[in-house]
Amino acid sequence: MREMIKMVIVLTILSCFSGGLLAYIRNGTQERIDNQVLEFVQGPTIRNIFEGASNDPIVDRFTLKDGDVERTFFVGVLNGEPRGIAFETSGKGYGGDVGLMVGIDIKDKKLLGVGVTTHAETPGMGARAKTDPGFAGQFTGLALDKPFKVTQDGGGINAISGATITSRAVTSAATEAAAIYEKHKAELDQKVTAFKK
Amino acid sequence: MAKSLAQEFVKGLWDEVPPFRLVLGLCPVLAVTKSVENGIGMGLATTFVLVCSNVLVSSLRKVIPSKVRIACFIVIIATFVTVVELVMQAFAYPLFLKLGIFIPLIVVNCIVLGRSEAFASKNGVFRSLLDGLGIGIGFTLSLIALAAVRELFGSGTLTIWVTPIQIFGPSFKPFTFMIEAPGAFVCLGLMLCVMNFLGKK
Repeated sequence: MREMIKMVIVLTILSCFSGGLLAYIRNGTQERIDNQVLEFVQGPTIRNIFEGASNDPIVDRFTLKDGDVERTFFVGVLNGEPRGIAFETSGKGYGGDVGLMVGIDIKDKKLLGVGVTTHAETPGMGARAKTDPGFAGQFTGLALDKPFKVTQDGGGINAISGATITSRAVTSAATEAAAIYEKHKAELDQKVTAFKK
Repeated sequence: MAKSLAQEFVKGLWDEVPPFRLVLGLCPVLAVTKSVENGIGMGLATTFVLVCSNVLVSSLRKVIPSKVRIACFIVIIATFVTVVELVMQAFAYPLFLKLGIFIPLIVVNCIVLGRSEAFASKNGVFRSLLDGLGIGIGFTLSLIALAAVRELFGSGTLTIWVTPIQIFGPSFKPFTFMIEAPGAFVCLGLMLCVMNFLGKK
């Protein structure tokens, strides 16, 4: 009996100590890890969208509640004025969700550019949505008022050959982004222009 | 057969070098040695866990009841592995992306548990520290050796930190077999063969 109690006590104390230590370290590194994830997963795409921005869009970010999800918005200062906003949406691809970073020019109401961030599409087929700049490049400069569609669905985006599902995921994610922007327009515009530097 | 303190440390470097002599912990050895950088990262992470868990297990060896010792060891090891994982994410994220699942898998690396069970739970704190350090450095060097051979022939480069250094000229055609999984087995086998041959004398 005594031995039994000792086993329980030792394991409990050890686990508590371990839990405490890990919680402490997690708290201490959380912010840095978030920054690193942004820098290496979304960072390249964001910088690509805001090419020539005079600020660091990854640092100049804010969050906003959209329904149940909290979204992170990145602000880009282009030609001296804060007019770019980028955020991530996703669409249903062939191998799961395709994450898409969408950049919007809030002054001209058009797309600055899009870029795939995370995906699990087939290498060489759907994965080209991320690696082939020609596909994502089609979105640059498009107006926001019409939903984005691939040519098969009567739209203007040429799908990646052999990867229509992935292409549809990207167009639907871009359309969703436009809808989100439309919904929170007033608030977003005001927040972005407040980023005067 | 009491060993001197120096011997406890040195044995990990040659006589009991984990992948080649004990033939333990082969999963990360085969999986991450595509580049020297991965080998160094994985080796240092394992060394840290080994040293910390050896010290803690050894200092708690009189308190831990023998019936639940494995559970206690695993809690201790898992804690340090998670520490490594968090720190690596915070300070060396690209390396973390490359090593991926193999960092959490250090928990089940039989070298770590093996040293806790076979050494730290029976020896003093300082000896356990030296043992962990020796085995850890031996493990790191083995990973570097294997990774250097594979990377050199597989992609013609050596990556010490972040940027690959070209060793062969542009006319070198990479022997990609070495980078793939079967190449790891063949390369490890040949190195084991050399080690055994040298050890026979």
